[in-house]
Amino acid sequence: MLRFLFRRILGSLVILVLLTVVAFLLFFGMPRDPALLMCGKTCTPDALANIHHTLGLDKSIPEQFWIFLSGLVTGRDDFAQGPCPAPCFGYSYHTNEQVWSTLMDRLPLTLSLAAGATVVFLFVGLGTGLLAAWKRGTLVDKSFTAGSMVLSSMQIYFLGPLALAILVYQTHIFDEPDYTPLTDNPAAWFTGLIIPWAVLSTIFAAQYTRMARSSMIEQLQEEHVRTARAKGMSGRYVFFRYAWRGSLIPIITILGIDLSSLLGGAIITEYTFGLPGLGRLAVESVQFSDLPLLLGVMLFAAAVILLCNIVVDACYAFIDPRVRLS
Amino acid sequence: MTTLTKEAGAPVPSDAGAFLSVRDLHVSFRTEDGMVRAVDGLSFDLERGKTLGIVGESGSGKSVTNLTILGLHNPKFTTVEGEILLEGRELTTAREHELEKLRGNKVAMIFQDPLTALSPYYTVGRQIAEPFMKHTGASKKAAWDRAVEMLGKVGIPNPKERAKDYPHQFSGGMRQRAMIAMALVCDPDLLIADEPTTALDVTVQAQILDLLKDLQQEFGSAIIFITHDLGVIADMADDIMVMYAGGAIERGTTNEVLRSPQHPYTWGLLNSMPRLDSDLAAPLAPIPGAPPSLLNPPSGCRFHPRCTFQDRVGGTRCTDERPLLAPDRASACHLTAEQKRTIFIEEIKPSLG
Repeated sequence: MLRFLFRRILGSLVILVLLTVVAFLLFFGMPRDPALLMCGKTCTPDALANIHHTLGLDKSIPEQFWIFLSGLVTGRDDFAQGPCPAPCFGYSYHTNEQVWSTLMDRLPLTLSLAAGATVVFLFVGLGTGLLAAWKRGTLVDKSFTAGSMVLSSMQIYFLGPLALAILVYQTHIFDEPDYTPLTDNPAAWFTGLIIPWAVLSTIFAAQYTRMARSSMIEQLQEEHVRTARAKGMSGRYVFFRYAWRGSLIPIITILGIDLSSLLGGAIITEYTFGLPGLGRLAVESVQFSDLPLLLGVMLFAAAVILLCNIVVDACYAFIDPRVRLS
Repeated sequence: MTTLTKEAGAPVPSDAGAFLSVRDLHVSFRTEDGMVRAVDGLSFDLERGKTLGIVGESGSGKSVTNLTILGLHNPKFTTVEGEILLEGRELTTAREHELEKLRGNKVAMIFQDPLTALSPYYTVGRQIAEPFMKHTGASKKAAWDRAVEMLGKVGIPNPKERAKDYPHQFSGGMRQRAMIAMALVCDPDLLIADEPTTALDVTVQAQILDLLKDLQQEFGSAIIFITHDLGVIADMADDIMVMYAGGAIERGTTNEVLRSPQHPYTWGLLNSMPRLDSDLAAPLAPIPGAPPSLLNPPSGCRFHPRCTFQDRVGGTRCTDERPLLAPDRASACHLTAEQKRTIFIEEIKPSLG
């Protein structure tokens, strides 16, 4: 298991380096000069050259790449804005802030949003899915299935404003969504995020309802599940110990994908509710051709995805002994 | 823990007739295409400690019958009529939790493919120990010891270590042994073996059959042995019941059914069985036609569309009237007893070699 983890982490690092290369090349392939954006309307060739120099853009691309990579590991102090400790992604072209600290500023919100929504959609989605599978063919099953169809075809930019209109602006049950750090005020943290969580998890939960239901029904038809019944195990025991165990594999696969995209930044949700998370940061960095920030957000999201993949694979091994040995 | 676990001095209803008695059983499934009559008027008895072989093509209702005994059919889509009496107790109307107490305890089942029939997620030992804990209330430790003991009994070397293995770490034959250990762990009175050797190599097959016979001697269980392989059944069964399209068409002792079969379908089965000592050049004689659709079974005798002896009966009896199986040595066919005897001796037997 340790060797497996070690191999996977090493592989992920290689992928991250390759991604950085690609992002670098793409950025310089773009017919757009970030220095021009900073230079303003009264730009002279001298001023432009000056900006190029301060940004390090006058060096060759491989040289810039090497400086960037080594900065990640050792930190840099060749910036006009001041020293940049490791992991150094440089300073944003646009805000002149350190990229890493900007990322770390935005991360708690994204983390809170993802964690809260995940708890809710797993609980609700899997719960209703299991209940639908248990009561297969009954009214409960049919209404859950129909409901999840409707909800999973909803979009955040539709449900979100709707929830805001009803719950905030009309009835004033909740305040407008706002982020307060958990460590500052847990109650405010909770009430500020409750609507985004609800909306985000409504859409995700519906998917999980359908998936849990269908994979449970599939598992319940497995022969080994019938064997378990044939040896006298109770319906509930067979359902939770035998069928559920097998259903976990597809659920965890999808959960890994969903989690990694949520942690990389729920762009639409953050825009809908005006929350400044990693998703918004990503969009802003693209808008301003802010290479250091863009690289930072992208590498961070990629690292999260790779990490989720490793965790999912480790879960497979935990659930299914056949994976463990090979 | 070598003593067998069972309520001491359980009453043996020797006068209550057979240990298992199936009476006029009808099982039908509701499907999108209509009602499938999987079992249609089946009756048979099984005595304690005896082995009944059930033979028939796929779709003849062998497996359905036995799943119904244990109540493992899906009640939502299945209608069951008739009686299944186990020691005089009616099972078709029994409640689910009563059946749960029976399954794996008094009546156990072995399935065809031990790879898919064992859960990949739990150790072999745990899967054997589970029903023992459930039915005897034994502790986890005691149940595990019992599982190890059972694995030893079914001939798994080093059972203490192997019990910790998962099914995929076992070979096919070993898995079926583990399956048998699981079925016998609570010392059942009735063991239903649904094609237990079909998925195995021929050499392993013989070992498993020997094992089953030995264990039957030791545990005294009655066995229902389902197969489509007449060679296997000759070795195992005391009595044979041949099923076709959801009903029994011939029944008798193994000797009777195999030495002097009376039903054209049984003749066909025997004829289509390859034999090592017969002329290699002589082609096998398969039964013409295909098994009937159970959605819309043929009128009269279910076998008449495939039967080559219809004209010997004469008239339209075969297409109009369903032949019934008389109480004992019998076959459900309109041919007279004399006709059956002469046809078999003069026309069928010579070709069997």
